[in-house]
Amino acid sequence: MGQTIRIHHVTRIEGHARIDIHLDEAGKVRSTQFHVTQVRGFEKFTEGRPYYEMPAITARICGICPVSHLLASAKACDAVMAVQIPEAARLLRELLHCAQFVQSHALSFFYLSAPDLLLGFDSDPAARNVLGLIEKHPEAARDGIALRRFGQQTIERLAGERVHPAWVVPGGVNKAMSVDTRDLILSDLPLAHSIIRRTLRLFKSMLDQFPAESEVFGNMPTLHAGLVDADGRLQIYDGMVRFIDSAGKTAGRITRPREYAKWIGEAAMPDSYLKAPYFKPLGYPEGIYRVGPLARLNVAESCGTSDADRELLEYRQRLGRVVNGSFFYHYARLIEALYAIERMEELLHLPEILDKHVRAEAGVNSLEGVGIIEAPRGVLIHHYRVNEQGAITGANLIVATGHNNLAINHSVQQVAERFVDGMKLQEGALNRVNAVVRAYDPCLSCSTHAFGKPAYRLRLVGAGGEVIEET
Amino acid sequence: MPDRVSIRIDGELIHAKLGQTILEAASATGKFIPSLCHLKGLKPVGACRLCLVEVAGVGRLLPSCTTPVQDGMAVTTRSERLDHYRRMILELIFAERNHICAVCVSNNHCELQALAKRLGVTHVRFPYSYPKAPVDATHRQFVLDQNRCILCTRCVRVCAEVEGAHVWDVGGRGVGSRLVCELNRNWAESRSCTSCGKCVQSCPTGALAAKGYAAEEMVKRAETISRLVEAKGARA
Ligand code: SF4
Ligand code: SF4
Ligand code: FES
Repeated sequence: MGQTIRIHHVTRIEGHARIDIHLDEAGKVRSTQFHVTQVRGFEKFTEGRPYYEMPAITARICGICPVSHLLASAKACDAVMAVQIPEAARLLRELLHCAQFVQSHALSFFYLSAPDLLLGFDSDPAARNVLGLIEKHPEAARDGIALRRFGQQTIERLAGERVHPAWVVPGGVNKAMSVDTRDLILSDLPLAHSIIRRTLRLFKSMLDQFPAESEVFGNMPTLHAGLVDADGRLQIYDGMVRFIDSAGKTAGRITRPREYAKWIGEAAMPDSYLKAPYFKPLGYPEGIYRVGPLARLNVAESCGTSDADRELLEYRQRLGRVVNGSFFYHYARLIEALYAIERMEELLHLPEILDKHVRAEAGVNSLEGVGIIEAPRGVLIHHYRVNEQGAITGANLIVATGHNNLAINHSVQQVAERFVDGMKLQEGALNRVNAVVRAYDPCLSCSTHAFGKPAYRLRLVGAGGEVIEET
Repeated sequence: MPDRVSIRIDGELIHAKLGQTILEAASATGKFIPSLCHLKGLKPVGACRLCLVEVAGVGRLLPSCTTPVQDGMAVTTRSERLDHYRRMILELIFAERNHICAVCVSNNHCELQALAKRLGVTHVRFPYSYPKAPVDATHRQFVLDQNRCILCTRCVRVCAEVEGAHVWDVGGRGVGSRLVCELNRNWAESRSCTSCGKCVQSCPTGALAAKGYAAEEMVKRAETISRLVEAKGARA
């Protein structure tokens, strides 16, 4: 009789998930399934709402990266209004987004993954959390807290409210930035910059400690997708979505957001509320692709800021031009945080960013609008249909964790095969199964468009379907 | 009959004009009585019951917006009993429709919300009814979201009494009551709406709003309605 290991509540991610590990008679891993167990609903209950309420409503999808939904939604609304927003508004939105990247990446790295990386995958699970980190590596913990605070504070300074800012509106933003605010943010940048440099050094010094993880944490050939500008530079607020294959060759480009459905298909998964987007030209399930930090750095030719580009060069020297191991999401994430900090500095020095004209006004000029941005976790698409009066008649949201759904499933399988042996269940092995999911920094409350707190479960199922162990 | 009367409000002796309501007399001396359906300048209807007060010698509570002052009256505007009822009324209003303040155009500028805060309504003890209420976005400039309507009828009255158009009415019965445009048509199909926006300005909540305003952006100026009525009265 085979067995199933079920991880109920994968820990230290945002949202709810369950992993089933099915064993064969010999106790070897036969298959795995990554389930998302929350119920969705945003698409349904926004029907009939005026479109311009969508930014505020969809920002409630997630308490971790509300700014991403705000921006994607506002961009979709801009498209419904068919306006080009004022330059200052564009710059301010990007600035806000950079701050969001810094805080979200800091959260993912320091709070959620550093316990594994710095304390060890096999360390005492009771202390393998941010508190344990504070005890053993107080400097790193302090840095993490300070970096996240910097991102949060910047958002607050710009938008007036930390979690769900009402500052971003269809057509732009609703208040210009003052010189004082600019100077305040500028004065905080050097500290953030030195923290991220320090963290990168630390991470690189540890890389050699994880040979097995580097090798099997979702190390597989897939496509990668991310936003770039016309020169192939990394973009997080606007640009075109470029798909590359695992060797780096361009596989497709979404140049007009409205055409995303030509490139991305969405398959419903039987055991999960999470849809599985796939690259249409390759079909399902071959069209598996990844998004997020790893994919973005694969897709981009360069970051476009000096320090981040230096780091990117070193990253590629170590790992190759296209990095296919999901363990390196962490590494890519840190480089991106550096990029975001440098980009903030660039933006803040542009005189146009202080311009007082920050909002375009218009009614409904297009019955459909699509907004695409890079959320910290990857490509985020908001697609709205409205009637002539501006009431929503249909909405489709494709979130980063959705894009990564297939890849996460594969990665879980790979890790389970390598580390889980049903006959001798070890916590460290199960933790690695959890950890590979965490490498993607999935946000499951976003994916299923519902609210949730970090939780995750694992289940071990025997060959006969009986549940042997649940966590 | 003298045109001035003396009454006591919370023990304080006050001179009021005959014909004034208790609410008017109280606010003339700077005393606060919670109210929602009342808007200075419009005919009071006593719909929301938030302005209930105790009057010595009268067993039941009386709405101060519709009760005229009488010489020698002793009024209590705050008591445990009143607090209890007022809070309950607010809770029932919240439970009746779908008030999701965080995403509402009127968040932080809403009379209902402000009153709930002021009266210490921290939660609602009654089950929410989550009705499926429509949004009428057909008008070019304005939106009616029935999810946030508290049926105060300020819009009905301002439109009929001040603008003279009488676009709005209340249709249906009990909890099924809904604000209706003319004989229950879409706002865009109204033959009498002049698009003056008075109903929007007088609405205490986010139920009526100008189009295109994002969350928290709809700031109303109901007092302009009161001033307008006053100015009209002075001219007449
Ligand atoms: S109308 Fe007022 S109470 Fe109702 S949701 Fe809006 S802000 Fe909240
Ligand atoms: S729409 Fe506004 S003013 Fe009219 S009845 Fe409803 S809450 Fe009152
Ligand atoms: S204000 Fe008196 S009943 Fe509403």
